[in-house]
Amino acid sequence: MLLKNERISEIVDGKRVIVKKPELLAPAGNLEKLKIAVHYGADAVFIGGQEYSLRANADNFTIEEIREGVEFANQYGAKVYVTANIYAHNENIPGLDDYLRALEDAGVHGIIVADPLIIETARRVAPKLEVHLSTQQSLANWKAVQFWKEEGLERVVLAREVSAEEIRQIKEKVDIEIEAFIHGAMCSAYSGRCVLSNHMTARDSNRGGCCQSCRWDYDLYQLSDDGREIPLFSENDAPFAMSAKDLNLIRAIPAMIELGVDSLKIEGRMKSIHYVATVVSVYRKVIDAYCADPDHFTIREEWVRELDKCANRETASSFFEGFPDYTNHMYGTHSRKTTHEFAGLVLDYDRETGIATIQQRNHFKPGDEVEFFGPEIENFTQVIEKIWDEDGNELDAARHPLQIVKVPVKRPLFPYNMMRKEN
Amino acid sequence: MKKPELLVTPTSVSHIDELAKAGADAVIVGEQRYGLRLAGEFSRTDVAAAVEAARRHGMNVYVAMNAIFHNDKVDELADYVAFVADVGADAIVFGDPAVLLTVRETAPHMKLHWSTETTATNWYTCNYWGRKGAKRAVLARELNMDAILEIKAHAEVEIEVQVHGMTCMYQSKRSLIGNYFEYQGKVMEIERKKYEKGMFLYDKERDHKYPIFEDENGTHIMSPNDLCIIDELGDMVNAGIDSFKIDGILHEPGYITEVTKLYRHAIDLCADDRERYEKEKDDLLAAVEALQPPHRRIDTGFFFKETIY
Repeated sequence: MLLKNERISEIVDGKRVIVKKPELLAPAGNLEKLKIAVHYGADAVFIGGQEYSLRANADNFTIEEIREGVEFANQYGAKVYVTANIYAHNENIPGLDDYLRALEDAGVHGIIVADPLIIETARRVAPKLEVHLSTQQSLANWKAVQFWKEEGLERVVLAREVSAEEIRQIKEKVDIEIEAFIHGAMCSAYSGRCVLSNHMTARDSNRGGCCQSCRWDYDLYQLSDDGREIPLFSENDAPFAMSAKDLNLIRAIPAMIELGVDSLKIEGRMKSIHYVATVVSVYRKVIDAYCADPDHFTIREEWVRELDKCANRETASSFFEGFPDYTNHMYGTHSRKTTHEFAGLVLDYDRETGIATIQQRNHFKPGDEVEFFGPEIENFTQVIEKIWDEDGNELDAARHPLQIVKVPVKRPLFPYNMMRKEN
Repeated sequence: MKKPELLVTPTSVSHIDELAKAGADAVIVGEQRYGLRLAGEFSRTDVAAAVEAARRHGMNVYVAMNAIFHNDKVDELADYVAFVADVGADAIVFGDPAVLLTVRETAPHMKLHWSTETTATNWYTCNYWGRKGAKRAVLARELNMDAILEIKAHAEVEIEVQVHGMTCMYQSKRSLIGNYFEYQGKVMEIERKKYEKGMFLYDKERDHKYPIFEDENGTHIMSPNDLCIIDELGDMVNAGIDSFKIDGILHEPGYITEVTKLYRHAIDLCADDRERYEKEKDDLLAAVEALQPPHRRIDTGFFFKETIY
């Protein structure tokens, strides 16, 4: 928290260092992603349970998996938050008590909640759970934040529409933890105030059924006074779009840290482990480097490029630095191929022989140039020389999903390191 | 039998007289600086005149303050709340808790109606806002009839349900129409055009037309059809639903008046002479259909629709 007299930084041995380091909060759609996120440097992860969470299509966690995830995270001193941020209907009320008790019992640190029903039920039946207000409440001013502070919440996630200046004002006026998005997909509507999915596909967007109708194309017309439909586009124009580019605030991380934002959140529980690993490791580096020496910090272009390796949509800074203009939207295009593709997960490395054991995640073959990355190593590339299967048979390609193969690798690797190749 | 209030949306002060004659019990007014998606724009002078007009006719007046507020307007909320209390309006409609705190501080006796449009989806949460000071909850439009009746059965606050008109599907802070013109290079047209009426998005796959407009609160996209359940009021009247709302946004004042007359008749019949209501309800529905502009059909919204997730 940044009260007026709270310190973000201190002078140590004549050099300014950041003493209030924000939490790096990462998405984890399943247990494997949770482990990857934590291993790659997330201070906390948010996950969805089987119910009450907003990504009905994610392969959400069972209570047993949540327990295992919490145990894994605890070894790293990382926290696990569970999203329970639907706007509940009457039919969702039965079972809520038991579910929240089970989360508390599984050792979950907090829940991310939008509906006062779930806030008050958690207080009553699972008081050890921290309660964080979800961005689904579209919280956009300090007085509303004060309301939730008075309701006893530990943390609020602000609306994605809030600017840096607004965050500063909120921080000054209210003593509560603030979580803000730094990276990932964006609702282009105020969160919680969009029911396009309900209308277009009978899927309830505020209970996890969102079908992303905001990413479809529409044609803009005007009805004239005499009832004619006049197109407001010409033949060569791309159709009307409300689709927002993904958020990318890598260059704003120093500003966020100086504002005293308590938790920096990456969006994307549906994303792959390659995405989670890449994004978490980049932001980990940015935050650590800035906090260690803020006055001599510069963004390294290789970090920016690294994020591009897993990005399949264009990115923008949204509301953080001002009001989003047309360059924040995607017209005509929907997605692009990532520059790189996840090719393998490192399971082991034999320092004697220089042989890595790799679980195949995509086709690769001798002659391919691959890049290795991970929290223990500097990125490096090399050409695949040989591939053997587990029985030592030489392969002309690793073509079977999840096949375990052996590959000679020049530099030491560690379990959970990843191998990617350029598209 | 208790009759639900018939709440309507005037487009101007003079329209209130017509709506009173048409049988409305209450009106909602306000300005886009504080309120969302109003049928008319009412300055402070207009709000004062609206209260006066409503008093003459024995109607209630509710003032909309249900915008999503950013810091820039927080400090002026108290002044507007004091103004609304001063002119003697009957309630303030809010969604943002900043308004609730401001009313507590500035005009603690002012009645509050909780209305976020999309998030009033269960009875517990309606009662939660009741405990925080709201006298009424305005239900989300995405609920079905059974859910509405169940909420009413458990509610400790008044329950308002929209029975007619357009509903909002999407609100963005972004300037989506202006941005699109800018993207097309039609910079000269942006200021002239982006606030114009009559724009819609065409969805080829569903052959639907969604009205879209921009104002101070951002970009709003509305439902392709007008909700109309004039022939299905019985269960809600039996359950004692407190208020039926006709939302006339983006419709002509004459249309709103005529629809109000039909609902007045329907509610009266439904409460006083159910047998006749059952006989006449199809005619009432046909009468609404006859009023519809050519590009707007009616449907029953989510009242009888299964939504999955």
